[in-house]
Amino acid sequence: MAELVEVLLRVAVVLLAFLVVPLLVGQVEHKAMAHMQSRVGPMYAGGFHGWAQLVADGVKFVQKEDVVPAAADRTVFKMAPAVALLPYLVAMVAIPIGPGLVGQDLDIGLFFVVAVMGVGVVGTLMGGWSSANKFSLLGGIRVAAQLMAYELPFVLAAASVAMAAGTLSLTGIVEAWNPWWLLWQAPAALVFFVAGLAELQRPPFDIPVADAELVFGPYTEYGGLRFALFILAEYAGIVVLSALTAVLFLGGWHGPWEDQVGWLWTLAKTGLVAFVVVWVRVAYPRLREDQLQRLAWQGLVPLVLFQLAVTAIGVVVMSS
Amino acid sequence: MSFPGKGLLKGLAVTMRTMTKRSVTAHYPDALPELPPRSRGVIALIEENCTVCMLCARECPAWCIYIDSHKDTIPATTEGGRDKSRNVLDRFAIDFSICMYCSICVEVCPFDALHWSPEFEYAELDIRELTHEKERLREWMWTVPAPAALDEGAEPAKEITTAQKAAERQGRPTP
Ligand code: SF4
Ligand code: SF4
Repeated sequence: MAELVEVLLRVAVVLLAFLVVPLLVGQVEHKAMAHMQSRVGPMYAGGFHGWAQLVADGVKFVQKEDVVPAAADRTVFKMAPAVALLPYLVAMVAIPIGPGLVGQDLDIGLFFVVAVMGVGVVGTLMGGWSSANKFSLLGGIRVAAQLMAYELPFVLAAASVAMAAGTLSLTGIVEAWNPWWLLWQAPAALVFFVAGLAELQRPPFDIPVADAELVFGPYTEYGGLRFALFILAEYAGIVVLSALTAVLFLGGWHGPWEDQVGWLWTLAKTGLVAFVVVWVRVAYPRLREDQLQRLAWQGLVPLVLFQLAVTAIGVVVMSS
Repeated sequence: MSFPGKGLLKGLAVTMRTMTKRSVTAHYPDALPELPPRSRGVIALIEENCTVCMLCARECPAWCIYIDSHKDTIPATTEGGRDKSRNVLDRFAIDFSICMYCSICVEVCPFDALHWSPEFEYAELDIRELTHEKERLREWMWTVPAPAALDEGAEPAKEITTAQKAAERQGRPTP
C-alpha cells in the first residue's frame, strides 16, 4: 500500500513538473528574448509583467476549432502531437534531481533517456507525413535528415560520459562526476548541447519549420490544442535537454551544501542551460540545410570521436 | 586577436548587452508618447475664421473635405445703400478615414482657419464616425498648442513687420 502511494506521488510530482517547468521556460523565452531585442515582451496577462501569458495562450488554443485536412491520414495526424509530447514526459521520469530524488532510478537511465528522446522526433515526422501538404512533407523530410545527422554525435557524446563514469545509470554518472570533468568532457558537453538543440529543432537549427520557406513545416496544418501540444513538446524537450546536460556534464547536484540543497543545484544548472538555449536562439540566424549537414558530419562527429579517444585514454590512465 | 568561434561569442555578447539595457518600447496606453512639435494628429477648425473660400476643399488631394454654404444677404443699413452678401458655412466636415495627413489644407487656408492638433486618439468602431463635423472640428481647437517660438535671431514674422511699419507711419509708438 505504502509503495503504491509512493509510486503515485512520484508520478504526480513528475507530471506536475512536466506541466509547469516547460511553461516557465516558455515564459523565460518570452521575456528574455524580448529584452535581448530591446523589447519588453508580454506585459498584461496576469497583471505583473505578463506572467500568465502562456496560461492565456493555452486558454486561447483550447477554444480553437479542431481542423483536420480532408486529405490527411486522420489517425496518424491526430496521434502525432501525443507521440511528440509523451516521450519527454517519459524521459523526465528517469532524470535525477538529487540523490534519490528521481521518478524512477534506472540502471540504464542514460540509454533509456537518449532512446526515448529520439522517439519525440517521430511525432514531428508523423505530423509532416500525414498532413497531406507539401510544406509539411518537406518539413518532415528535413526533420528526418536532421535526426539522422545529429543522433549520432548526440549518442556518442552521451557515451563519452558513460565511459568516463563507467555506468549507464544517471545517478551513478552524477556520483562519479568530478569538477575536472568540466574540462575533460568539455567537447562532449558542447557536442551534446548542440546536437540536442538540433534534435529539438530549436533555432539556429529550425530548418524544418523555416517559415520563409515552409510556412511552418510539419506543423503547418495543425491548429488549436494539437498545435499547442507540439509547442509544449518543444519546451518540454528544452527542459529534458537542459536537465540532461546539467546532470551529465555539469555535475547535477554537486555544489556547495549539496547535502541539503543538492536538488536546487540541479534545478539552477538546468535553468542556466535552458537560458542558454533561449540566448542562442536570439543570437544566431538559422543555418541553411547544407550548413546544417556540414556542421554535423564535418564538425560534431569528428569532434566527438576525438573526445571518445580522449575519454578512453583518461579512463585507462586513471584505472591503472 | 582572432580565433575560431569569435563571431559566435560576439553574437552572444551583443544580445546579452542588449538585455541588460533598458528596452526602447514605448508603453503607449500606459504612458502617453512625447510628440514632437507640429505633430499632425487631427485638424481643428476655427469656424469664425473660415470665409468659405473653398480653397482647402479644392486642394485636398484626397477630396475628403466637405463644405456646404449659402449666401446670406444683409440688408443695407443706410437708405439707398447696397445689400451686402456674405457666405455662411452650413457644413464643414473632414473625413479622417480618407485624409492622408498631407497638411495641404492647413497650408493653403489663407485665413488661418485650419490648424493641426497633436491629439490622435480618435479611433472609432464605425468608419462613418471618422467624419468629423464642424462642431467636433471646433472642439479640437482647444487642443491646438501655441505656435512654436521662432529660432533665435530669426526675422520676425511678416505680419508683425507690416503692422510695425504701419504703426510707425502713423507716428504711434511701437512695442
Ligand atoms: S491633410 Fe491633406 S488629405 Fe487631409 S484634409 Fe487636409 S488636404 Fe485633405
Ligand atoms: S481654405 Fe480656410 S477659409 Fe477657405 S474654406 Fe477652407 S477653411 Fe475656410
